[in-house]
Amino acid sequence: MTLVVAQRLIMAAVTLFGVAIIVFVLLRVVPGDPIAMMISPGATPADIAALRAHYGLDANLPAQFFVWMKNILRGDFGTSISLHRNVLEIMGERLPATLELAFASLVFAALLGGAIAVFATLISDWSVAPLIDAINGLFLAVPDFIWAFALVLLFGVFFPVLPLSGRIDPSLGERFVTPFYLLESLVTFRFSAAADVLRHMAMPMLALGLPLAAIITRVLKESLREAMVQDYVLLARLKGLSRLRLVLKDALRNAIAPTLALTGVQFTFLIGGTVIVERIFAYPGIGNMAVDAVINRDLPLIQGLTLVFGALFIVVNMTVDALVVLTNPRLRSV
Amino acid sequence: MSVPGPRGIGKTLRACVGDPKVVVGGGFILFLLILALCAPGLAPKDPLEQDLILGVTPPHGFAGAEPGYLLGTDDLGRDVFSRLIWGSRIALTVAFVAASLAAVLGAALGLLAGWYRGWVDALISRLVEVWMAFPPVLLSILLVAVVGAGVGSVIAAIVIIDWTRFCRVVRAETMGQAKSDYVAAARSIGFSQMRILVREILPNVMPILIALISLEMGIAVIVEAILSFVGLSVSSDVPTWGGMIAQGRQMLHQGWWVLAAPLIALFLTVLAFNLLGEGLRRSLDPVMRR
Repeated sequence: MTLVVAQRLIMAAVTLFGVAIIVFVLLRVVPGDPIAMMISPGATPADIAALRAHYGLDANLPAQFFVWMKNILRGDFGTSISLHRNVLEIMGERLPATLELAFASLVFAALLGGAIAVFATLISDWSVAPLIDAINGLFLAVPDFIWAFALVLLFGVFFPVLPLSGRIDPSLGERFVTPFYLLESLVTFRFSAAADVLRHMAMPMLALGLPLAAIITRVLKESLREAMVQDYVLLARLKGLSRLRLVLKDALRNAIAPTLALTGVQFTFLIGGTVIVERIFAYPGIGNMAVDAVINRDLPLIQGLTLVFGALFIVVNMTVDALVVLTNPRLRSV
Repeated sequence: MSVPGPRGIGKTLRACVGDPKVVVGGGFILFLLILALCAPGLAPKDPLEQDLILGVTPPHGFAGAEPGYLLGTDDLGRDVFSRLIWGSRIALTVAFVAASLAAVLGAALGLLAGWYRGWVDALISRLVEVWMAFPPVLLSILLVAVVGAGVGSVIAAIVIIDWTRFCRVVRAETMGQAKSDYVAAARSIGFSQMRILVREILPNVMPILIALISLEMGIAVIVEAILSFVGLSVSSDVPTWGGMIAQGRQMLHQGWWVLAAPLIALFLTVLAFNLLGEGLRRSLDPVMRR
């Protein structure tokens, strides 16, 4: 077991290292010179050289990479060129917004997808069951980008009930100690603040969560269908247990593993989706910031953010693997 | 299980045409293709022609609509319907070219990894894993920013990102096929490895590959729209659905139709590619059809 864990950790490190190399090489072939965008019109060549040296852009490529890696291992991600601030600090402020959004979307998708799958299993004898499949098929095909704008039209224009951008209404004058607005306002019982954060989160959360909910529905429904014809379920049925109890207590427990594994993979896609969805709703997370960083050719910030995304993906994958092993006793002895 | 032998083209075609998903999805794509090809003749107006007096007129059937502007106009007085038709050109070009190239690259690497195993497989699989640790949208924006905006860059970005989808599936499929009797037979006859890969295994991987290409086309249309939305696709004087969406988002409260029209076009196109892909997977696969 420890061997497997160690193996996975080494693999994760190798993957992250690969991500670092690719991003680094990619950014060094960028035609636009980031320094050219920062200098004032009257700058002398000496000023430019000094600036270049300040951001470490004067050394050769392997040396630059080496220095960058060494600094990152020390926790120093450099200084953002466009924001003139410590990259780690900015990321620390923005990452919680993305994490709250991603987890809210995940919880929403799991609850909705799970509820529909259980409901569909309960009514599988009825004639409306194929209708659920058809609607679910439709939801499977529609990506977050389309959902986001459909929601903008629906709740922003036709029934303007939800805010179109931002994370909280600044006129409320709410102050937060941590960047985890939702968590903090809930823990400190400031429910009006929490409600406002949730209202701002609602549309991006729906856009990210609805496609995932459709996937969860499909896989869980399939697993439940298989579980419902297993001997132990049939036996429980003969004992006269109610159908709802059967589905929730017996079938669900055994059907959860494949859904869990798939949800993990899909959750990494959802995190990737935050990039464009945050952009659409001007939500102040790392995805939105990453797009700005690319447009501004802010090399240190792009590098830092890409590594954060890579690390997030790897952490999610490893967590899911661990959960799958924990929920399936047969895998534990490996 | 019997080995699926070569089937007549006619039989395969009949299976496809008999599948409602293929008919509906393929039919819509065909319709779109005709629109794109005949855009100069079909579009009622010049998609770039501005008429500031007729700016922000609503679609036909709404109060204040102008005759001749079926889907209304944008803030510059350009005909939304004509722009929609012209926008299908970029969407379909990117869909067909990017998906085909990604399929070629991904399938080639997948075949190699699945057939040779060993270090080839280890290398390719590791590469796929590193690739999957990037958020695809961020990577595509990054790539296009590096290469410079334009249709070519958008296509290149999609190919460079999405080859992994094909690689993973083809690799797994090839591994399965490599164990089958017909491959053993081909080996015992003394066929070369290349010949077995290209002439024996590839045709058997083809059904799932074709279905994947159709799904990828839907993804490519979305990615193009996303890049247009961010402002990294073609220049702004070429009408694209993503560009129209970006414009519509900005003038949301003056004219919702500028956003709604391209969004619906995008939705229907993605849905059609999905239906076609699912239908093809079902009707091309002899095992699944049984």
